[in-house]
Amino acid sequence: MSTESAASASLRRVNTNRILNRVPWYVNAALHLVFAAFSLACLAPLLLLIMVSVTPEQTLIRDGYQFFPRELTFEAYRFLFQKPDVIVRAYSVTLFVVILGTVGNLLVTVLYAYPISRMDFPFRNFFSMLVVITMLFSGGLTSSYLINVSVLHLRDSIWSLIVPAFGSAFYIIIARTFFRLSVPPSLIESARIDGAGEYRILFRIVLPLSLPMLATIGLFALFGYWNDWFRALLYISDKNLYPLQFVMMRALLNLQEMQRNIAAGTMTSEEMMTMLAKMPSETLRMAMAVVAIGPVVLAYPFFQRYFISGLTVGAVKG
Amino acid sequence: MEQNPGNAMPRQSAAPPRKTKFASFLSDCYKFRALLIMLLPGLTVFFLFHYLPMFGVTIAFKKINYQLGILKSPFVGLENFRFLFATTDAWRITRNTILYNLLFIIFDVFLAVGIAILMREIWQPRATKVYQTLIILPYFLSMVVVAYLVYGFLNPQYGFFNKALSSLGLPTVNWYYEAKYWPFILPITHWWKLLGYQSIVYLASIAGIDKELYEAAVIDGAGKWDQIWRITIPQLTPTMVIMFLLALGNIFRADFGLFYQVPMNSTMLYEVTDVIDTYVYRALVQLNNIGMSSAASVFQSFVGAATVILANFVVRKIDRSQALF
Repeated sequence: MSTESAASASLRRVNTNRILNRVPWYVNAALHLVFAAFSLACLAPLLLLIMVSVTPEQTLIRDGYQFFPRELTFEAYRFLFQKPDVIVRAYSVTLFVVILGTVGNLLVTVLYAYPISRMDFPFRNFFSMLVVITMLFSGGLTSSYLINVSVLHLRDSIWSLIVPAFGSAFYIIIARTFFRLSVPPSLIESARIDGAGEYRILFRIVLPLSLPMLATIGLFALFGYWNDWFRALLYISDKNLYPLQFVMMRALLNLQEMQRNIAAGTMTSEEMMTMLAKMPSETLRMAMAVVAIGPVVLAYPFFQRYFISGLTVGAVKG
Repeated sequence: MEQNPGNAMPRQSAAPPRKTKFASFLSDCYKFRALLIMLLPGLTVFFLFHYLPMFGVTIAFKKINYQLGILKSPFVGLENFRFLFATTDAWRITRNTILYNLLFIIFDVFLAVGIAILMREIWQPRATKVYQTLIILPYFLSMVVVAYLVYGFLNPQYGFFNKALSSLGLPTVNWYYEAKYWPFILPITHWWKLLGYQSIVYLASIAGIDKELYEAAVIDGAGKWDQIWRITIPQLTPTMVIMFLLALGNIFRADFGLFYQVPMNSTMLYEVTDVIDTYVYRALVQLNNIGMSSAASVFQSFVGAATVILANFVVRKIDRSQALF
């Protein structure tokens, strides 16, 4: 009897799957398996990093990096925040760059994208072309580097981390397409008849209608500035101007340098030596990475949908 | 654009049909002066950070002498290029750049579309949301962080892999000194970081396909397999082709972070990790050899520009509306 009912149940299931247009249950189960494994693979390296940062140094030397260390300790974090100067300074540089950069970049982007989105603006094709050219052709790294350093004097200037990223062609094209598709020209026309100037129209009418696009571009810019280390690598040699990612990068390449930086400023050289002797090394580095990654990992689930909508909007060429 | 409007305006209103081209240009400039002023910040940035460097490619044809400055340094013709191509580096960096990029370009598209199609078939939409959130995570991490994560596995003393190997009684590997593993490590890292994001972008475009196509197919008795091959993939093909060709246009530009940070700039690995971008950077900043650096950089820009134009030409032949110019 059990075989009979199982057979009829599976028959029913096949029919429902057909009607609902979905794959059989075992395919669904296999898919869950595949995607659970994929998700785990994306998460595992971060988990390893976190676990290493809370492993006692001795345990680590004995067992190596483990997903499940035998003991846990927050020693590395204690050292990191005992003298938090390095972290605090790097965070302030990064926050300054991220905030000013994102706001400035948005402003330059909308101010450029709005005119070229206007179908009644006779020079829109010429100025659009100027943008597209920057996307396709470049003078190369050597040329930009020499110009930024010897003509614009951006070496060891915090602006070298901010301004060169302004006016990204990608953002401008997304913004232009959005303005064209979502802001009715009749609205702009009627505002003009009511006596509003171009700036008033842009800031009071067009931009309030474009908040989803502004959020998308703003987040792209924000994550771009947050994750940037390349410009610091090229232009910054002053320790006080190191952004977070660059401090992390240097710590990965040079462990001793990081330890000295954290211990620096201790009263006597003797105290500094004892502190350095006690300081964990491998775990300290990973703890710093965790402190630097933390905000991104906590924030991105709320922002991810804007990134997807951004690319789909960008794909529509106006 | 700063012409006196007093002259242009009355003439225009007096004889509107007989305006000369130049006069109508001036009156347009005046009429849209607010919009033109809006463009100024962007134009300044473009000029300083994009167009000025484009003219700066001339340094590749000069012998830079810091006493004389860049502008007054003497032209030496193609000498820098002759030096560059006399080295074995030129072949190595070109080969690495093209081969890795080809691998990425071909598999990125197919893997991402494949993942997107599979993901769509999961019964439980809530679970799909969770998977999406997790597989997109690596996209938000910087290459420095990725280098840390790779190092967690490959650290020669304490790394997860070597500890696992030694606990199995196998000899450990000095990962950052042995070049033969990196043609696998780098692509895996690339896909780990980007595949999730790319597949979710395709998932979004699959969601945009007209539902009625599938409903009609089901009524006609089409199974899942038929639907995928006869509806989903043909509907995605234009996007795939465009993405593919645009990536092909950028085949001479490598992902600097991947090739510099992830192998931790290890000298022993250059044979398989050195690409044009890392070479240009090293020659410029570490070796201070501006001649070599600018020659490699300009070589990249010129060939890159040619491939972009070619790719655009092909896109234009296929679908004019998708072409960039």
